[in-house]
Parts: sequence; C-alpha cells; structure tokens
Amino acid sequence: MSVKINETLTVECETGNYHTFCPISCVSWLYQKIEDSFFLVVGTKTCGYFLQNALGVMIFAEPRYAMAELEEGDISAQLNDYEGLKTLCIRIRKDRNPSVIIWIGTCTTEIIKMDLEGMAPKLESEIGIPILVARANGLDYAFTQGEDTVLAAMAHRCPESEFFVRERKETKQNFFSFHSRKKEELVEYANHPSLVLFGSLPSNVTSQLNLELKRQSIRVSGWLPAQKYIDLPSLGNGVYVCGINPFLSRTATTLIRREKCQLIGAPFPIGPDGTRAWIEKICPVFGVEPQGLKEREERIWESLKDYLDLVHGKSVFFMGDNLLEVSLARFLIRCGMIVHEIGIPYMDKRYQAAELSLLQDTCIKMCVPIPRIVEKPDNSNQIRRIRELQPDLAITGMAHANPLEARGITTKWSVEFTFAQIHGFANAKDVLELVTRPLRRQKNLEDLGQTNLVRK
Amino acid sequence: MYAGPAHIGTLRVASSFKNVHAIMHAPLGDDYFNVMRSMLERERDFTAATASIVDRHVLARGSQERVVDNILRKDKEEHPDLIILTPTCTSSILQEDLQNFVDRASIISDSDVIFADVDHYQVNEIQAADRTLEQVVRYYLDRCHRQEKWDQFLTDAPSANIIGIFTLGFHNQHDCRELRRLLRDLDIKINQIIPEGGSVEDLKNLPKAWFNLIPYREVGLMTAMYLNKEYGMPYISTSPMGAVDMAEWIRQIQKNVNTFTLSSSNKRVDYEPYIDGQTRFVSQAAWFSRSIDCQNLTGKETVVFGDATHAASITKILAREMGIRVSCVGTYCKHDAEWFKEQIQGFCDEILITDDHAEVGDMIAHMEPSAIFGTQMERHIGKRLDIPCGVISAPVHIQNFPLGYRPFLGYEGTNQIADLVYNSFALGMEDHLLDIFGGHDTKEIISKSLSTDIGLIWNPESRLELSKIPRFAREKVERNTEKFARQKGIETITVEVMYTAKEALNT
Repeated sequence: MSVKINETLTVECETGNYHTFCPISCVSWLYQKIEDSFFLVVGTKTCGYFLQNALGVMIFAEPRYAMAELEEGDISAQLNDYEGLKTLCIRIRKDRNPSVIIWIGTCTTEIIKMDLEGMAPKLESEIGIPILVARANGLDYAFTQGEDTVLAAMAHRCPESEFFVRERKETKQNFFSFHSRKKEELVEYANHPSLVLFGSLPSNVTSQLNLELKRQSIRVSGWLPAQKYIDLPSLGNGVYVCGINPFLSRTATTLIRREKCQLIGAPFPIGPDGTRAWIEKICPVFGVEPQGLKEREERIWESLKDYLDLVHGKSVFFMGDNLLEVSLARFLIRCGMIVHEIGIPYMDKRYQAAELSLLQDTCIKMCVPIPRIVEKPDNSNQIRRIRELQPDLAITGMAHANPLEARGITTKWSVEFTFAQIHGFANAKDVLELVTRPLRRQKNLEDLGQTNLVRK
Repeated sequence: MYAGPAHIGTLRVASSFKNVHAIMHAPLGDDYFNVMRSMLERERDFTAATASIVDRHVLARGSQERVVDNILRKDKEEHPDLIILTPTCTSSILQEDLQNFVDRASIISDSDVIFADVDHYQVNEIQAADRTLEQVVRYYLDRCHRQEKWDQFLTDAPSANIIGIFTLGFHNQHDCRELRRLLRDLDIKINQIIPEGGSVEDLKNLPKAWFNLIPYREVGLMTAMYLNKEYGMPYISTSPMGAVDMAEWIRQIQKNVNTFTLSSSNKRVDYEPYIDGQTRFVSQAAWFSRSIDCQNLTGKETVVFGDATHAASITKILAREMGIRVSCVGTYCKHDAEWFKEQIQGFCDEILITDDHAEVGDMIAHMEPSAIFGTQMERHIGKRLDIPCGVISAPVHIQNFPLGYRPFLGYEGTNQIADLVYNSFALGMEDHLLDIFGGHDTKEIISKSLSTDIGLIWNPESRLELSKIPRFAREKVERNTEKFARQKGIETITVEVMYTAKEALNT
C-alpha cells in the first residue's frame, strides 16, 4: 500500500480492528482524582480481569472501586437487579461512606439492557447518596473516552446557577466584612464571567494551569471534576467552559446543550505551542490582552533545546489508541519531527476544530506535509505501513510494542502519555522525556548491532 | 480474581500452538490478552489473536458477514493451519449462531476453522484451556480417523507426549526444559509437546507415543482422558514436583515402559538406581533439609495457597520433605476440590477451597504464619501483614517470568523450591531480629535537608500544594524550591514560586 502525501487535512476511516484499552479503565485515574467517590463497575469477570491486570498492584491498595460481577442468573433476569445493586451500595455506604457512587455500565449491561439510569435515581433517594451512571463500554467507546462518559454524567450534577451563589456570597461578605480578601482578589483578577475548565488532571497540574491563567488575570472558578465531588463547580447560562483534553467531546456537548454554558474552542494545552494557543483563545473571550506569552513560550522552547536536537528530523507513527494523538503529533511536528500517520480511535472534528487548524498551521510553518489522520485504524494494515515506512519511532499500545521492538522498530508505549503530566508550559519537558526515552536507549545500545531479534 | 474468564484459557492454548490464530468475538478493549502475553512473556512475535469487534451495529443487526469476513481475511493474510473462533462473555449473551459462521467460513477458507466450545458463565480460564486443548486434539484425530490415514503403530523406542505446557503458564518453559532432560536421562523419546510450540498438523501422530505425561492436572487431563478412552493410551498425572513425587513419577514411567516392552522382555528397565542417585546427590534438597540450617525451620507455621497442582505439591514438600508445619492449605480450583483434599490429607491442619482473595486474606491474618506460599495475591496480603511470601503459582506478575533457569519440576526443581522456601523464612527471621534490636531505620537522624534551610516560610497554600505531590518526589521538590527561593532571595514560598522553581530547574 503506497502512502499518499496530503496537502489538505483529511480524515480517513479504516476497519476499527485496533487494540486499545477498555474505557472502564478510566476508573483507575478517576477514583484517585475524585477523593470522595466510589466507582462500581457493573460487568463480568472479563471486566474484572482487565481492571485487575491493567491496574496491577493498585487493586490491593483498598481502592475505592469494586466490581458488581454479573452471573448467569443476572443475565437471564432470574435475579432482581435492583435488589442486588441496593445491597451492594448499602455495603459501600457502610464501609466507605463516599459522597458519590458512580456506576460504570459495561458491554453486558448494555446488551441485557439493564436500566441503570432508571434504577439510579430510585436507589439514590432510598440510600441518600448521589448515584451517577456512566456507560463506559467497549461497544461504543475507546479508552480515555471512558472519562468523557463519567464527566458528562457529572456535569448534570453541578450546582445550577452561579448568579445566586455569587450574590449570596457578596451580601454575606458585606455583612461579615470579608472586605480585605475580596479587595485583593479584585486587584489580581479582571472582572469577568466565570470560567470552568473540564478534564481530569493531577491536582498539581490543575494548579499550574490555574496559575498560568492567573498571570493573565483570569480566574478559574472551578474544575470538572474537582478534587472532591462535593466541590463540583457551578454551571449555567453565562458560564464559560474550556476543555483541556481532546477526548472530552461528550462532556463538551453536555455542557453546551444541557447546562447552557459557552464553550471556548481552543487547542489543548499540550506542549508550549498548545498551551500558548490555549491561553490566547481564552483571553479575548474575557477581553484580556495576553501578556508576555510569546516570551514565555520561547523560554520554554529554549529550555527544551537538548531534547529538540535529539528528535529533530526523526519520524513518528501514531498507531492510535487514546485520542491524544492529534495534539501530540502537532507538538512533535513543531519540535521538528516528521509524522507519518496519526491513528486515532475517534475524531470529533467540531470539538477538535481549533486543534486541527493549529495542526495545519504548524505543518505549514514547519514546511511538512499534513500527516494522514486515520480514524478507527486497522492494526494489521498499520503494521504493514510501519514496515514499509520504517519510522524512527512508533507510538503504540503494549500489545504491539515488544513485537515491533524485536523487528528493529523503536516504540513508545502510548498509555504512558495518558498517565504522565503533559499539560501546560512546565510539563512540555515531560512529553519530550517520554518521546526521547526510546531514542536515547537506542543510542546507548547502538553499537551492539542487535536491532533485529526475530528469526526470519 | 484467581482464574480469569474463559476466553483467556482458549486464547492461551490457541496462541501456544504454532500457526494457529484465534479470533475473538468481542467488543473493543477485550484483546487485553495480547498485552499480557506481550508484556509478561516478553513475546517477540505478534500474538496470533485478534478481535472481530462487536459494536453498536452488531448489537442492532447482528454480526452478519463480519465474523466470516474476518476469518477469511486472516486466512488470506496469514495462512494459519487453524483458526479458532473464540466466544467472550459478550458473545455468550448475544447468542448469535457463531457455529454457523464457522461452518460457512470453513467451506471457503484454506485454514481449518473451529468454534471454541466454552461457555463464559460455566467455566473459568483453566477449565476453558483444558477443554480447548482437548477439542483441538479431538478435531484432528477424528478427522484423521475419518480419512483413514491412520498409522496406529507405536514408536519403536519408548516415547511420551508432554501435554499441558503453554503460554503464560507458571514457569512452564523452565519446567518443560527440565522434563526434556529427565526423559533423556531415562532414555525415553519425546513424541510431542503440546500445545506450546506444537503444530496441529502433527497431532495425528499423538497416539504413536507409549504414554502421556500430564505435569499439571489443571490443563491436559481432559486430553489425556480422551486419548486413554479412544486409543488406550495410559497417562501419568502425577506432578514430578518434590523428591518423593519425583520418585513416584519415575516409577510410574518405569511401569508403563515395562508393560509395553513385555514382548521383547530382555529390555526391561530399572530406574531405581537413577532415582537414588538423583535424590541423594543431584538434587541438593534431601541433604539440605537434613542440614543444620533447616533445623530452624522445624515446626514453623506456613499457609499455602494456589492452583491445585502447585498448592498440593508444595504442601507435601513442606510437610513431608522439610518438616515444616502447614497450618492451612487452599486452592482456587474449586472444580477439582475432591482430588485436592485427598492429596493433602494428613499434611495440613486446615483446608480452604475458595476463589475469593478477601477470604484468603482473612484466613492468613487469623493464622499469622511465619511465611506464606501463594500467588501474587498472597504476596500482597503478606506485604500488608509483614509476612514474607514465596510465589508458587499463577496468577503472577512479570517477575515470575524470570529469564534465568527456574523450574519447579524435576530434580533441579527441588533445588529451586528449597531455595525459595529457605529464603522466604530467612528473610522473615532477619526482619524479626531487626525488630527486636530496634531496626536499622536511621532515616530520622541522617537527613538530606540542609541546616541552613531555616528562614524560608511556606505559606499555607504552598504547604498544601506540596502535600499533594507524591511522597517519593516531595522531598526533592521541597529542596529544589527552597534552593531556588534562596537564590532569588525570596522569603515566602507561594504556589507560584514552587512552579517557577520547577520551570527554572527544567533547564
């Protein structure tokens, strides 16, 4: 199969036979992020086996998640789903007392049409703990999209109107004289409608992004999700929202349609170029002129020089499994790499519009052709293309990493990008640290001359 | 969860054979097996298992041509000898007629196609592997029978099949090498080893062997029983683990060899001298358990948990060969509980048959043994309770796929097990002594922080921020931030200072 060079941005679609993680894996990072939550995965042994193996040792650290394992009786409706879940949830309340229980629907609950959405409100009023339902199943979604389904469900639970809250606060402040604090805030921040950012990030990365916007005197009034469920941000008409990850299109849609928020379409703050573009899209919305961003971006690039020398001119192939691919590819092209292919499980052209156009601009700026974007890729076709192209680096899942390495193709395991801190100016280095690690090892072992380690 | 879902068992058997491809009827993400094989076994080759994806469309309209197309595509691309269509929990409830897809595909394809006869809700990983292996063997022998290309003659020299060595098995590769060596010592030819590295085309020659060896009863027993029933092949299901069972195993081989050689009676074999020499001098285990070191282990309490084969064998070794007390032994192979109980009769105080790791954890906490021999689950339980644990059975992590030679079977296996047992206890003893004498934990006294650090104030927000940083990195961040603040002459450390410091240090 020959590889076409695209001048314009096009998205192809293949067979969808590709390897990725099941979206229920979002439990692994979300239960850590939302400290007072409990995740209940309603599925089969297969789901449990995946979680146990994918999360490795974490399962023994008494995590705040559990499996409700469906058995034959549940499938053939001999048992009462509602009573079963009720018993479990009461036990969870007793043992953990969480502020929220999140039910993760799976393929099985989908197929047997278990009415989780119907049961949740009933049970919620019975046991007095909010119950959210997220259908993070492998029939509809891939890997990181699991977080999208959870956040979309969570968006409904955000407190409703910001206005009442603020007015109440102000009267309170007048009465109880919190003047000094209020004044200080007024000086630091421009007076603007509230801004809520959505996407789950480690709390120090959220602090960094908050700070970044604070420098432009923009105040982030909340995050979806917050560190605690009970601290969910207020949403409503007049609230601006902005995504920080490319896989949150359902959440974005929910925020616009159901919560009547204004979405700021921006590239994602991955890489210094992405972070700058992200801030530059947010600032004008609040009538702020961005200050010192150009210098800041340049300083970051300057600090990355050693890495850039390593990656310059090297080629990358994204097999695609976590939807971060376009943003990462855009950043790597800006770093001077050549991207052969951007495989991606799902491409929401509307939600990613700003990112796609930044990709296009970056390609023009760096004088490279726009890489082909392949939605729902076919792994066996891709492996054929990799063999043909012999890229310097293939970013791929673990199922293919070792076999490719044995055939002399250097790989980077893609899931690491999901768990590493890659957002904002300060973390650009971490992305390149990941990308260059295989290249650096390659260099260390170069003289051994044992790149191909399979028998023909 | 100790044993995985059924399809994992089928995939393990399929991907152990050479040139056999498994196609799962499964939703996106269920091909996690490939990750495990690629990571745990550090496989260099692409795992011959793919998914025929079940998505919304399949839910609405059925798989229609998709499964057949996927089978035919694999047939064309990779020319496997056999394609096994593997059902998953999802396809179990969809109740599509997958057999029909198989029938249709097999008419057109050059590869053989079969449908793995396993039900997700009836069997687990281990049982499914056992069944699938039998199914594949039966399929090829039946076909051979029908075509009457039948060569019924036994091999001239004594020979054996080894059944049940396969991928992701606990130390299977090493055990297999050890068995080969043993059989070579006994002058017995190996007819075939299945499924690992076996070719389905050769399965028709299985009955040429004089007898079958089933090293682990979890997988292979069904095949052996089938071959026994249909072809009158005797089988040995004793695991050659531990010196006593080793001897027993070799004697059974001797009996089988001699039964078949009766006609040419001058060739009777006597393995007793071999057993004696190996037990006393090649294996160090017999001497080791009599050496003075092992006196300390007398009467120490242990708990053993694992699959039926390993848990039973290790229990017998501990109790019978090393004089260690086994307070409780258990297995998660509930389907084989009767055999298990019979095996360990008289070697332990209590028996626990369960597949709930919380129950095992409670039992261990209650018993407080000096050492545990179990799976990775028990290792974690041990970590929490501060009890040393030797891993003796699946489920396992990557460290249980060692590169070095570590069989559990055979005479070298006895050495390995003795080391494992002894090291677990020795570490336990060391820990205990350290505890009594106050330990060697002097972290409090020697600290990397500098005494000049005083004078810097962390405001409450930055304190909080610092506390959110994972513990292993916290000290470093603290030091770096303070260093940065001192350089810049900053007195109060705010969150902003923290991150400016981080950026500054990036360079």
